[in-house]
Amino acid sequence: MFDAVQDALVAAEAEGVSLGELALRTEAAQGLRTREQVETALGRALKIMREAIARGRQGDLRSVGGLVGGDAARLDHPRGPLGGTVFTDVMSGALAVQEVNAAMGVIVAAPTAGGAGVLPGVLLGIGDRIGADDATLVRGLACAGLVGAVVAVRASLSGAEGGCQAETGAAAAMAAAAGIEILGGTPRQAAQAVALSMQGTLGLICDPLGGLVEVPCVYRNATGAAIALAGIEMALAGIEFPIPVDEVIDTMGAIGRGMDAKYRETARGGLAVTPTGRKLAKERLVQLERRKAGGST
Amino acid sequence: MVSLLDIIGPVMVGPSSSHTAGACRIGLFARGLVGGTPAHARVELHGSFAETGTGHGTDRAIAGGLLGFLPDDDRLRESLELARQAGLELDWHKVRLRGDHHPNTARLTVTRGDQTSVVTGSSLGAGRVLITQLDGFPVEITGSLDTLVIVARDQPGTVASVTAVLAREGVNLATMRVSRRQKGGDAVHIYELDHRPAPEVMTAIRALPAIRFARAVERIS
Repeated sequence: MFDAVQDALVAAEAEGVSLGELALRTEAAQGLRTREQVETALGRALKIMREAIARGRQGDLRSVGGLVGGDAARLDHPRGPLGGTVFTDVMSGALAVQEVNAAMGVIVAAPTAGGAGVLPGVLLGIGDRIGADDATLVRGLACAGLVGAVVAVRASLSGAEGGCQAETGAAAAMAAAAGIEILGGTPRQAAQAVALSMQGTLGLICDPLGGLVEVPCVYRNATGAAIALAGIEMALAGIEFPIPVDEVIDTMGAIGRGMDAKYRETARGGLAVTPTGRKLAKERLVQLERRKAGGST
Repeated sequence: MVSLLDIIGPVMVGPSSSHTAGACRIGLFARGLVGGTPAHARVELHGSFAETGTGHGTDRAIAGGLLGFLPDDDRLRESLELARQAGLELDWHKVRLRGDHHPNTARLTVTRGDQTSVVTGSSLGAGRVLITQLDGFPVEITGSLDTLVIVARDQPGTVASVTAVLAREGVNLATMRVSRRQKGGDAVHIYELDHRPAPEVMTAIRALPAIRFARAVERIS
């Protein structure tokens, strides 16, 4: 794939295609798989994303650690000023997938499992509203993949390396580009959506209670999806972020490298060490260790 | 080269691509190296694997990989119990490995029959892994292709004899790396292959004079 969003943007403009189309062409040109194989694999990913959203929205799942579950279903009856709009659909989808993930259900890591709710929430939340067909949604996934590949090369996609900015932050940037793709925006707008969403997640730490991918991860997928929507709206309006997109991505990497280990998935900082965070984690981990030792739960 | 499908994927059982899918793949590689489900595995968890592994299902994922389950196999959830049923004895340790290791690293000492192998692997994020040490030899194996692992006496012509067999059998090499700990001792050869070598290819390689050990490990992603 590409080492810079800017390179992809130049290539897409030269070929007169969207970033998603460019991503599919580039992937096929890499020679490992044919275009058809790539589209089939992304189509399968789309199907699993849909199923995970539907499963999570049923509202009856409890996570392995027992800390989360049932919140996606609460957004079926939202009470706020944005209730019933694409905004609540997107957040409910993001919560649903992440609740399935926390229950050790089947999801698509996009780019990671901890951030797996953001992209399906945004893509299908918008896609269902506009009646996008599967071919369009697959192009959206390809566009997201192109952005994620750049982030993987220039920064990181690992919470243990870069904090939550490298997981839900990267996912929000990917989802923002995917949103522009399926809404028919330009490659330039997609690149701007990446910059505009990622600047909003810079510095975000990874501080899971007890190391469980539950709290705050599930909720951070919802807020990550909301930030992606912010990036999409601003980019479609023609707003351009003053720092070039690849420099924003580099900044995420640099912040990650400078981030204290306690904020990188070790459960030694942030919300994980609040009095309540410690108490909840201790209760749940004792149970899990007991199960591992073969005792009853 | 990063593929779109590394980023949008894998399809996997939650909750963590690093701690669950990646950990599963490290287990799968160790299983491949001993050629099947081991009877015993000593698992040393380092860094974030040690600190937060239990909550992420890292233990179940590694056990599942050792049993041959892929990252999207929902039996991963029950793999500790299934390991007991399969006669796989697991011995868990939280450690700080010496040297410079990625935060998500595990060292697996696996025994099957008369073979014991030590595999150190890191989970790099998004389910991607890198095997960094085999029996004390530094290596770099991603497992995205079938991998031929050879331990041979460090003497001239060994690589040529192995590649001659591969060439004769039409097995194409993608990458190759040879390293040793000391001159004249053993060397480890890692060949990443475009095709899975047939059993007769492996027999031919094992019959070569300098070869101590040869195993084709199936791709793990």
